[in-house]
Amino acid sequence: MAGQAPSVGAPAPAQSHGWRSSTLPDTKLLMWIFLASDVMFFGTLIGTYLIYKGRSIVGPYPLDVLDIPLTTVSTFVLLMSSFLMVIALHALRQGNIPGFRLWTFGVAFFGAIFLGFQVYEFRHFVELGLTLDRNLFGTTFFVLTGTHGVHVAIGVLWLLSIVVASYVRPQHWQAKDATYLEVAGLYWHFVDIVWIVIFTLVYLVDFI
Amino acid sequence: MAIGRQGTGSSPAAGLLQRPQGTSGIASWLTTVDHKRLGILYILTSMTFLGLASVEAFIIRLQLAAPNQQLVSPDVYNQLFTMHGLTMVFLAIMPLGTGFANYFVPLMIGARDLAFPRLNAFGYWIYALGGLFVYTSFFLGGAPDAGWFAYAPLTSLSNNPGNGIDFYMIGLFIGGIGTLVTAMNLIVTIFSMRAPGMTMMRMPVFVWMILVTAFLIIFAFPPLTVALFQVIMDRTFGTLFYVPSAGGLPILWQHLFWIFGHPEVYIIILPAFGVISEVIPTFSRKPLFGYPVMILSGIFIGFMGFAVWSHHMFTTGLGPVANTAFSLTSFVIGIPTGVKIFNWLGTMWGGAIRFATPMVYALAFLFMFVIGGITGIMLAMPPFDAQANSTYFVVAHFHYVMGGGALFAFLAGLYYWFPKMTGKMFSDRWALASFWFFFIGFNMIFMPQHFAGLMGMPRRIQTYDAGLGLEIWNLVSTAGTFVMGVGMIMIVLGFVHAFRSGEPAEDDPWDARTLEWSTSSPPPHHNFDEQPIATDRDAWWAKKYPDLAHADDGSAYEGIDFDAGGIHMPGQSWYPFLLSFAVFIGGYGVMYDNWPLAILMGLVVVASTYGWAFEGVGGHHVHPRSSAQEGAGD
Amino acid sequence: MPMTQWLRRAAFLVGGMLLLGGCEFTGLQSTLDPAGPIAQAQHDLLIWSYQLSWIVMIATFGVMAYVLIRFRRRRDDPDRIPAQFHGSAPLEIGLTIVPVLIVIAVAVPTVRTIFATETRVTPEAGDVIVNVTGYQWWWRFEYPELGVVTANELHIPAGRRVILNLDSADVLHSFWVPRLAGKRDLIPNQNNQLWIEAPDPGTYYGQCAELCLGAHAYMKFRVIAESDAEFEAWADSFQTVDSRAVQGDPDVQQGYQLFATKGCTNCHTVQGYRDGSSVGTPDFPNLTNFGLRTTLAAGIVPNDRENLEAWLRDPQAVKPGNYMPALWQEDDPNADEEIAAIASYLLSLGAQSGPEAQASLGGSHGDR
Repeated sequence: MAGQAPSVGAPAPAQSHGWRSSTLPDTKLLMWIFLASDVMFFGTLIGTYLIYKGRSIVGPYPLDVLDIPLTTVSTFVLLMSSFLMVIALHALRQGNIPGFRLWTFGVAFFGAIFLGFQVYEFRHFVELGLTLDRNLFGTTFFVLTGTHGVHVAIGVLWLLSIVVASYVRPQHWQAKDATYLEVAGLYWHFVDIVWIVIFTLVYLVDFI
Repeated sequence: MAIGRQGTGSSPAAGLLQRPQGTSGIASWLTTVDHKRLGILYILTSMTFLGLASVEAFIIRLQLAAPNQQLVSPDVYNQLFTMHGLTMVFLAIMPLGTGFANYFVPLMIGARDLAFPRLNAFGYWIYALGGLFVYTSFFLGGAPDAGWFAYAPLTSLSNNPGNGIDFYMIGLFIGGIGTLVTAMNLIVTIFSMRAPGMTMMRMPVFVWMILVTAFLIIFAFPPLTVALFQVIMDRTFGTLFYVPSAGGLPILWQHLFWIFGHPEVYIIILPAFGVISEVIPTFSRKPLFGYPVMILSGIFIGFMGFAVWSHHMFTTGLGPVANTAFSLTSFVIGIPTGVKIFNWLGTMWGGAIRFATPMVYALAFLFMFVIGGITGIMLAMPPFDAQANSTYFVVAHFHYVMGGGALFAFLAGLYYWFPKMTGKMFSDRWALASFWFFFIGFNMIFMPQHFAGLMGMPRRIQTYDAGLGLEIWNLVSTAGTFVMGVGMIMIVLGFVHAFRSGEPAEDDPWDARTLEWSTSSPPPHHNFDEQPIATDRDAWWAKKYPDLAHADDGSAYEGIDFDAGGIHMPGQSWYPFLLSFAVFIGGYGVMYDNWPLAILMGLVVVASTYGWAFEGVGGHHVHPRSSAQEGAGD
Repeated sequence: MPMTQWLRRAAFLVGGMLLLGGCEFTGLQSTLDPAGPIAQAQHDLLIWSYQLSWIVMIATFGVMAYVLIRFRRRRDDPDRIPAQFHGSAPLEIGLTIVPVLIVIAVAVPTVRTIFATETRVTPEAGDVIVNVTGYQWWWRFEYPELGVVTANELHIPAGRRVILNLDSADVLHSFWVPRLAGKRDLIPNQNNQLWIEAPDPGTYYGQCAELCLGAHAYMKFRVIAESDAEFEAWADSFQTVDSRAVQGDPDVQQGYQLFATKGCTNCHTVQGYRDGSSVGTPDFPNLTNFGLRTTLAAGIVPNDRENLEAWLRDPQAVKPGNYMPALWQEDDPNADEEIAAIASYLLSLGAQSGPEAQASLGGSHGDR
């Protein structure tokens, strides 16, 4: 794109109107840029966590509360949800609408399971005495993973809305509209990757 | 994120808001998605905030005119300088650049609007309401008072009870959302909506600077958002991010703030550089000297802008190695800036310079920005900075670059583009007279402040002792505010008069070089009757004077009807305003721990988002060339 | 029109140069009047960069002035379009090299000075160590090796290095005594270090340089550099302190009693006030040897009877926002007498230290 003269008759992607100097759909570019800002957002939260690591004055400390086996399961669930996302997008591109609906719902469902694990974990930590205001570990852990959880929840809501929309306005969810699912998929994969980073830096690093 | 699709917008689902179609009246302004109207809203709103910040500054200067005065209490004084800084940076200067970007980027690249018109409107309303939110603090218990960079732990609940700091944290959080989405919008627009033939290297420099600025915003604002969020959490839920007794590190706030804060000043100045890079070539009647170098230096400055942040922290005890590193990067960032100055001079060299008002402001910019840049290099030396930091020397420095630099550049832009935006011409003589008051007053205010700082006057003190040698500098500085004030009033009156009864302006009163001048003044709703085609850099100049340019003949696009079926224009919408308003009210909910209200507003946000999505892209087609066919329906 | 513009600009510049040349820049807090090696090194960097900046300004503004005159639009050919040249790579490269050279010229002495003045030092024999703690809105100075705790007035031996360990008890502050050294911030949970040296005896003015709200503008201090002998005498005066009032002066005696009954001892420490127990807390200014201090309320007014009584009567009027409460109601009939007595007592502190005072107290009250 940089420095090239746009080719004559570059097909204006279906979602936009008028001439385009890029073949990348507007919404997809927008999502990539948003994700770039979200990288900085999570990077700052993760950075804060790492800076404050080991600086808690009182416990509970990470080794006292983190449950690696449990969180490994929830991480696996989230990873699988990304896999389902790929399948859902493929289905929509093929025009397999029932498949697209099923797998998209599956992504949301797995995401909800992940959230369920998170809720359980948070409550368990609180029972063990780790709260937001207990120590720096509590503060940074809950804010970081809580923010991630909110991102997951928004994604779940978004995907469920897509499934519902595909029933309410089926003419708008055909193969030609796959970009809109792809954009949601990009968001979902990003949220998953952020979790991999969090899981590694918050959970695994202390135990390996 | 769009879930709905291009539709006609004329069949809303039951219970959702209709898309309004009027073009006059308040509703048309609340629902507008037209980048030109939004640009004007940005400019008018930021000028209003500029006026408020000037009043705050005026009171500050009155208080400091003589030693040991007590016009205002220390508490009020702290609020005044905090709000002055916050307003100038977040609510006046940066949005002024955004306003110009909004209005002129589509015109300069030959597009008809931004890529996401409703998102654009949302960006404006959330800025305006975020600013309003912060200003209601004056009536709701007191404005924030910890300085515009609000260092921890001065902002903790125990050190700063009351709501002032919450207004700061929540207000900027809200406003920052707007900045971020507008930056995203501009990037997509610039990448994807350039006219046929307009390669990246044929874009006007102003557009390039906006592109770099938008990327800076994408990467710089999130750390601020996180830092604000952390303090809000500390103050609302008792988290320990900046609580020293729990091991919290106040220096973390400084790092996060300045990782945002330094790029922020480049976010402010790069659009200003872009304006100057349009004005100087136009009024020298020559192309910009060294176009690729100007772009490269802009990108380099943007990039380096992320590598210098700790020069705001030289006195915090980072150690000699860190100080050396940031000192060197801060020196290096001066080099591309110097190159730009040379290129502007090179543009004027060999030209036929016209001293119209925009050019006069641009020249003043050059003068004052060089001075500000020089003091910046001085401050980049940690040992000297150890003396000058947090004194009036720094205050003088940043006013020279932000005021003498950005503000004067944007005034050049305002005069340059006023005829285009309003279709009226202003009086050059009145404008020049007001310039002299403004310029002389400005220098009277800020040049002495260098010396006040060197003589030992710290920042943010509401008074100072006699006998330290500070009196003369402060007195002259305050006297300057009257001169500059006269200039400001004259400028405003000049614009108002021109708007009401100025001579009609031509399409291209300056014989300029870029595409916005190829359409009428003001442009029609759809910007261009025919899709412009770029055959060279300075696309409009190349059209007017094909012999002078190395244009291609545009044959690649011959015969293509770009607007077959009519020009598609976006439809108005209530959702951007509604969503912003819900966030605004929700801010008060969070402020007062009124969780039902916050949650209710959250639900309105969610509902508005769904409404926005289901409303779809919408829009209507315009047929400027067919007989009298304009309006809705398709 | 353009000619007058250029002339005006030139006049501004020349006027500015004259102004700078003709003005006096010595001052009690002036960074342009260095009195110590660190401040001198910092000042030298400023002067060097200032001289280089004149080269930049003359070159840049000179070219600008030339261009504005030489290449302005001619009245006789107003629509002329000049040759449209786009740039010149050799010129760009050359013009880039110039700022690079200037940057190098500034950077080399800068880096040298950074390491000379900002490297953390380990104390050596002869150094004086002071733990500085910033409070809203006063300075605590503790000399750990000398057993001295005082407030707002930093005595140092002239010509010897003084190592300051900086900490804050509440919010950010910044220790700045311009004639001796640039500032260093006081940050909670962070131990910054600043070393200073004053070759010449004298009084050097300092002020807090980081917003700490409230009475930030009034958070000042004095650095008093004195000969070795004087410094030792001053430090010694804290070792043999007996503040239980010089016998025989009823005014001072009354003040001594009131110091407790009015509640001053709840906050303020005075060494030796009571046998075997201390009063006050470290979180408020230590008033030991208060009578020896040259200023009160953190360096903002001279320490004399008039100011002291005004302070006691209405602290907020002297230093708005500070934490000292008003101890007398407006209509309190005893106020004048009590204020005078406490003032007498406070001003007496430090007057009776040393062997002479010990003798006058009859020896048995010596407190250690």
